[in-house]
Amino acid sequence: MLEVLTQKLTGIFRSLGKKGKLTEKEVDVALREIRLALLEADVNFKVVREFLSTVRERAVETEVLQSLTSVQQIVKIVNEEMVGILGREPGQLSLSHQPSVILLVGLQGSGKTTSVVKLASHLKSRGQNSLLVAADTRRPAAVEQLKLLGEQQNIQMYSEGASAMPVTICRHALGKAKQMMADWLIVDTQGRLQTDEHMMAELSDIKDKLEPAEVLLTVDAMTGQDAVKIAQEFHQRIGLTGLILTKMDGDARGGAALSIRYVTGVPIKFMGLGEKVDDLEPFYPDRLASRILGMGDMLTLIEKADKAMDQQQLKQWQKKMNTASFDVEDTLAQLRQVKKMGSLNSLVEMLPGFSQFASRLPGDAGESQLRKVEAIILSMTPEERRNPAIINGSRRHRIAAGSGTTTKDVNQFLSQFYQIQKLTRMMKRGRLPKGMPGISFHQGHSR
Amino acid sequence: MFGWFKRNDLGLEKSRSSWFGRISHLFDRGSIGDETWGELEELLVLADVGVNTAAKLVEGVKSRARQEGLTDMSGVKAVLKQEMVEMLRLPSLPQRDDSDPQVILVVGVNGSGKTTSIAKLAYTFTSQGKRVILAAADTFRAAAIDQLQYWGKEVNADVIAHRHGGDPGAVAYDAIQAAHSRHIPIVIIDTAGRLHTKFNLMEELKKIKRIASKHDMTAPQQVLLVLDATTGQNGLLQARNFADAVGVTGIFLAKLDSTARGGIAFAICDELHLPIVYIGTGENLQDMALFEAEAFVDAIL
Repeated sequence: MLEVLTQKLTGIFRSLGKKGKLTEKEVDVALREIRLALLEADVNFKVVREFLSTVRERAVETEVLQSLTSVQQIVKIVNEEMVGILGREPGQLSLSHQPSVILLVGLQGSGKTTSVVKLASHLKSRGQNSLLVAADTRRPAAVEQLKLLGEQQNIQMYSEGASAMPVTICRHALGKAKQMMADWLIVDTQGRLQTDEHMMAELSDIKDKLEPAEVLLTVDAMTGQDAVKIAQEFHQRIGLTGLILTKMDGDARGGAALSIRYVTGVPIKFMGLGEKVDDLEPFYPDRLASRILGMGDMLTLIEKADKAMDQQQLKQWQKKMNTASFDVEDTLAQLRQVKKMGSLNSLVEMLPGFSQFASRLPGDAGESQLRKVEAIILSMTPEERRNPAIINGSRRHRIAAGSGTTTKDVNQFLSQFYQIQKLTRMMKRGRLPKGMPGISFHQGHSR
Repeated sequence: MFGWFKRNDLGLEKSRSSWFGRISHLFDRGSIGDETWGELEELLVLADVGVNTAAKLVEGVKSRARQEGLTDMSGVKAVLKQEMVEMLRLPSLPQRDDSDPQVILVVGVNGSGKTTSIAKLAYTFTSQGKRVILAAADTFRAAAIDQLQYWGKEVNADVIAHRHGGDPGAVAYDAIQAAHSRHIPIVIIDTAGRLHTKFNLMEELKKIKRIASKHDMTAPQQVLLVLDATTGQNGLLQARNFADAVGVTGIFLAKLDSTARGGIAFAICDELHLPIVYIGTGENLQDMALFEAEAFVDAIL
């Protein structure tokens, strides 16, 4: 995310770094580059102008120019100003009376329905239950979509089909939420243009009836210069309390977020980072600003690892390793844990200094490798998984054919597996520190 | 045809209050100054044209104005329009024989408007009396199949669908088979929205395309990328990646009824030479049109 902007700024500051002390003119060269980068990241033109004039004012102050670390000073100023725009506190959801109502609004295709379910799933993981309301009666099959997604996540959903009035549906849903003692009532609304009078009237009607604690606007990270206008329109008509920035898992630079925050003052509360239900993260402005400036985002990575690793399974592995009974079956389980953490590329990208490399990796090279290994293991019989020593030539052929790989791939996997097994035996004899390649990283963060 | 263009004109009329509309206002002033060029570039950037393409347009107009000794604003505006049309006008698709069977593969990122655009496209064919098969190859998103089936009924097109979570390639294959045996000339394949950076999903798309060409080497005759007109500079990356993966033949610029005017279209034409083929201008089935550079520029400026 924001990686292209990050790369650019890193490049600019690296080239500046060679110059030592900066003249006022050199500051302007850097600012021109930053301006271009911000515009290409879809940050609103006017926001860019004001942002840069503030940065310049502070940067050309004599003490900054004369300081030997003037480059670092400029980076610091840009970072501070950016965090200043994004807001200084991580977004939290505010509770009101029970149930607290969250109204999701936004343009068509911005990701409302998906975000409704992600939000409910996020709250569920913190032990709070939600009732979803299908108040988008307009888009064909929107009710059906919410129903299916809710069922998959085991989250209750209320609908009256596509012919009822959205306001009526919401009123009934509120009653049901009270009855079932739900903590949250999350409303999916119809998405149309911000200029659509009918939609705005309907939304403000729903808002009056439900008195929501939160009115969240979903904003597509790929939105262009118009983002500000869209957000302003919604904000003026129904009063927003926060934003969800969606589709941040692509290469969109998400300048829209910066602009909207700057112009409307509405905080960004969450970011959507993938197609899976748990790909929703609270928005931390300082982390994002750091990421923009190429400093990586260790905290998010650590949290992600913590969340994905099944602590119990981790203990089980440790036990197995201590007894050296680690078999292929365990490799499969471990591999799936890693996959749960998200794409390897997005993990690499979050490491400080690695953001430039992420886009240079050949596609999702690591991921396709994992997939291959998984296919190989799945093509092995239970007996082979427990005791891979029995795998002879003809078994190798069968596994390769079954997994769509070559016998060379199978051999490679087996030799890697034996190496791991050897390591675990050595560990048992105390010849290596605890931990093994692949999971040693996570052990440091066990709770 | 079918009053498309009339509706289309109406759809774009609203845009005069948009950024491009403000460019038009710029020319209401009497004379050109240095600040005029700066403002023009600024407004083009605000219309999502992109920094490079905006600079290129302004430079082109500026040098022509100098060469031709233009001093009045209306002359400069005419030159700007010509330059814009020039940029947008790319060799269009070869005219197809109407009786030809054709397969249209529709791709795009999540939420760009694929399914609605497909409904509109199908409607233009069925209202001309042609039969259409829709392939519900978005087997990923919940209820995507229901949505396409709804539209199939609305526009009177057959829908070939498997179950949710099924193999999209198999759906495409079955749809083409069905078209073959039912003598239906047009197959439109709906695919799951995917971000252009997802390697595996782009590989899946390539596979769908390969399967679509099993019957007929020339299929799919069209690969349309549906692009949301409110998209900013990321649109360029989307177009580039989808073009690399599945050889996009043209862009369907959707949601052009928004206040954003799809300025990214200029960058895509300029840098990638991908033609805009259709535009979507509203929520009704009739709200689409074949893209024409002059009409488009006339409507926005």
